[in-house]
Order: sequence, then structure tokens, then C-alpha cells
Amino acid sequence: MLSKRVVACLDVKNGELSKGVQFVATEMLGDPVAKAKAYYEDGLDELVFYDITASSDQRNIMLDVVQSVAQEIFIPFSVGGGIRTLEDAAGLLMAGAEKISLNSAAVLRPELIKECAQAIGAQNTVLSMDVRAVAPNTACPSGYEVVINGGRKAMGMDAIAWARRGCELGAGEVVVNSIDADGMKQGYEIQLTRMVAEAIPVPVVASGGAGTPEHLHQVLTKGKADAALVASMVHYGDYRVLDIKQYLNRQGVKVRMNY
Amino acid sequence: MGPSVTIVDYEAGNLRSVQRACEAVGLSAEISADPEVVRRADRLIFPGVGTAETAMVTLARLGLDEALMSFFQSGRPLLGICLGLQVLLDYTEEGGRDCLGIIPGQCKRFQFAESDYKVPQIGWNEVSKASEHALMAGVPEGAEFYFVHAYYAIPDQGSHVLAETTFGDKTFASVIGRDNVFATQFHLEKSGRFGLELLAAFGQWDGAVC
Repeated sequence: MLSKRVVACLDVKNGELSKGVQFVATEMLGDPVAKAKAYYEDGLDELVFYDITASSDQRNIMLDVVQSVAQEIFIPFSVGGGIRTLEDAAGLLMAGAEKISLNSAAVLRPELIKECAQAIGAQNTVLSMDVRAVAPNTACPSGYEVVINGGRKAMGMDAIAWARRGCELGAGEVVVNSIDADGMKQGYEIQLTRMVAEAIPVPVVASGGAGTPEHLHQVLTKGKADAALVASMVHYGDYRVLDIKQYLNRQGVKVRMNY
Repeated sequence: MGPSVTIVDYEAGNLRSVQRACEAVGLSAEISADPEVVRRADRLIFPGVGTAETAMVTLARLGLDEALMSFFQSGRPLLGICLGLQVLLDYTEEGGRDCLGIIPGQCKRFQFAESDYKVPQIGWNEVSKASEHALMAGVPEGAEFYFVHAYYAIPDQGSHVLAETTFGDKTFASVIGRDNVFATQFHLEKSGRFGLELLAAFGQWDGAVC
């Protein structure tokens, strides 16, 4: 039976691990590679790195981080943040990432998803979407709207419709980040996650809001997510990856316990 | 310098991750698209992601299909990974394509009535031994490995099924092999400690089943 995945998300700014609240970086937490390696040894199933470096001339630092991760860590990992072209994506894959995660650039130019899926495979092309709740309206009948540029710009686009379109263009997996829940440690946006999971034929990764292992339990069952992303709750040492997986296992969620 | 392996480069995905995993377990790994290098390799790893159709066309264009057959006949150890497993069979539903025919059988796409099972299968799943094999000796029962695939192998002969995995309501052959060929549907280069151990065992394998 396929296991549910616990995925750690590391936001990297100028080569350093950072953590924010509602998408604003607030604190620097040291070497992302060392952190990632500790999680790997603790039974983490997958890693996601987001490059939140503001200036483009610093981007080569991210390639170094990716290369180091690829040499030391033998579980799947994806990289996102600032990927605007197929060349950007290919460069990250060459450096050792498995999957690339498209976000704002795909909203602005959806064909990017298709180009990546064709060139590097749908299974390596992840659509990551930042979403916030709005009053349901004609443009966003689901009551969830897509935002870009780290949550700063609303697009007047329906999140569920965008997830469907992304899959049609070739995305092999969809990460749903709730801006409202991000960094609040009050739990995932269960309803949003479930709506996306029921709307699309590919796996869904829930993101934003994890504060306790019970939050993961909720989103992996009620929220129908295939994987759950954690950040603050492991970065600050509140919980170990091992604790989270043991909890899920006790709740009857199938997770990888032998590693 | 440890045992040397050659990784077949047929433009099918990121071979560097396989190479890095080899290096992590002390194998010296070179990537090559040259049929002569492939023919003469000590040990061969045949990885791959993408579609079987593109893979078969590219293998033929580069002359690697014949090189792979001739390597197989040499009796030296051959490891197929993911798409590299699927094209070892006679035929795949994907694009309705004849493949290498090294292991009799075919590949089919997962079909589920229940939409709760999403295809491709992406993630970690348990691998249970089905036949005795030297390379599987060190793999604990119920160890999980990392899968990404929409098609699965159905070997004609039960003895070619080395391990099985259940996805949805389907139990399929996740490791297949015969003689000097061993192939995993999962990505052992991305499967943590157990994947690395299997890769290390391949580096020591003499190509005999038991």
C-alpha cells in the first residue's frame, strides 16, 4: 500500500534557511543542507526547497545548495522559486533536483508547464499554487483565489480551475499552499486541500499551517492529501520528523516507518 | 577505487542522481551513450524516466538497443531501473510499442475504477519478496522504496517475478529478473538507505541468481 508522505519545506534565502509567517521571511535558521540531512536521517520522505532570494544575481547560490543536497541525500527533492524558463528548470535538474516546482511564472505563462512536462516529464513537473480564501464570486466560484509573487498579487483566478488547467498542461503533482494558514501553526486549510484533491487526477501536497502531528493527520485523511508539507514545526525543533511519523502511524495513517 | 559501473545514457532523464548514488556506495560510475562502451562494460545500469516510446526510438537511433542485447548475452550484471525495467519486456501498452524482449512479458497501465488511487503512483511503497534472489537477500521484509510510474510489468513466467508491491487493488511485479538481469520498478537511487544498500550489493554481484 502506498504510504502518505511527510515532506519538509526549506525556504532558502541567499543560501540560508529562512522561515516566515504568511510568506514574509522573518528569521534565518542556518545551513539548509545540514538541516535537510538531519531530517533525511530521521526518516523524512521528501524535501522541497524554495529559493526566496530576491535578487537574481544571487541565484547561483541555490545551484550550490542543490548540488550539495544531491550528493548527500538520497530521497526525492524538488526545487522551486524563481523558475521562469525551461532553461532555469533544466539547470536545477542538472544540479541534482528531481522535480521542479512552478509557481508565479506558470500563472503568468501557463505554457511553461507544458514545456517543462514535455522536456523533463510530467512526473518531474510540479505545479505549486499560492491560494487565499475570498468571498465566492464569478471569477472565483470556489471561494479560493490564486495569488502570485509570494502572496503579494491577487490574480482573480479560481484556484480549483487553475489546478485542473495545470494538470491538463502536464503537471504531475500539485502543491496547494494556503497563504492564510502559512506559518500560523493552526492547521492546514482542509477544505481547500480536499477540493483540489477531488478535482484533479494527480497527487496533492498540502502546505501551510502545520503546527502539530494531528494537523497532518487531519489533512491526510479529511483533506485527502497524498503528502503533507511541514516547515516551522520541524525547523524550530518542536517536533522531530520521527515523532510526526510515529503519531501518524498510531492514528492508522500508512507512513514509511522502516528506514 | 571500487567496482566500476557504466550508466547507459539514452537521453532519458537525470542520470546524475544514479551516478551520485553509485559514488555514495563506493562504485566508480561513468555515464556513456557509446554502444562500444556499453558492450564492454563490467556492469551496466540501465535507468530512465520518460515514455517507453521515446526511449525505444532513442535507443535504436543511438545503436544502444543492440549494445544492450549483446551486453545481456555476455552474462555480466545488468541493473534496470524504472523505465529501464519496462523496456526489458517484449511489449508495452504505452504507445503500443515492441521493446527489447530480454524478459518475456509486457507492461500495462494502472486502471482503477475508484478515483481515490491516483495514477501515476508517486511515493513510497512496500516491496515483498516473491522469489529467492542473491541481490534481495539483504532487503528486510516490508522495506519501502520510492516509485514514480503509471505502467507496470507483467512477466510471462512467475519465476521472473522477484518481488511484488500492492498499489490500490493491484499487486504487481516491482522487481523482475532472470539470469544476469535484475530490474526494479522503483528508484533505488532515491530510496534512502535500503536503495543504497541494494545498489552496493549490485556492485558486488556476480550475475548469478542465487
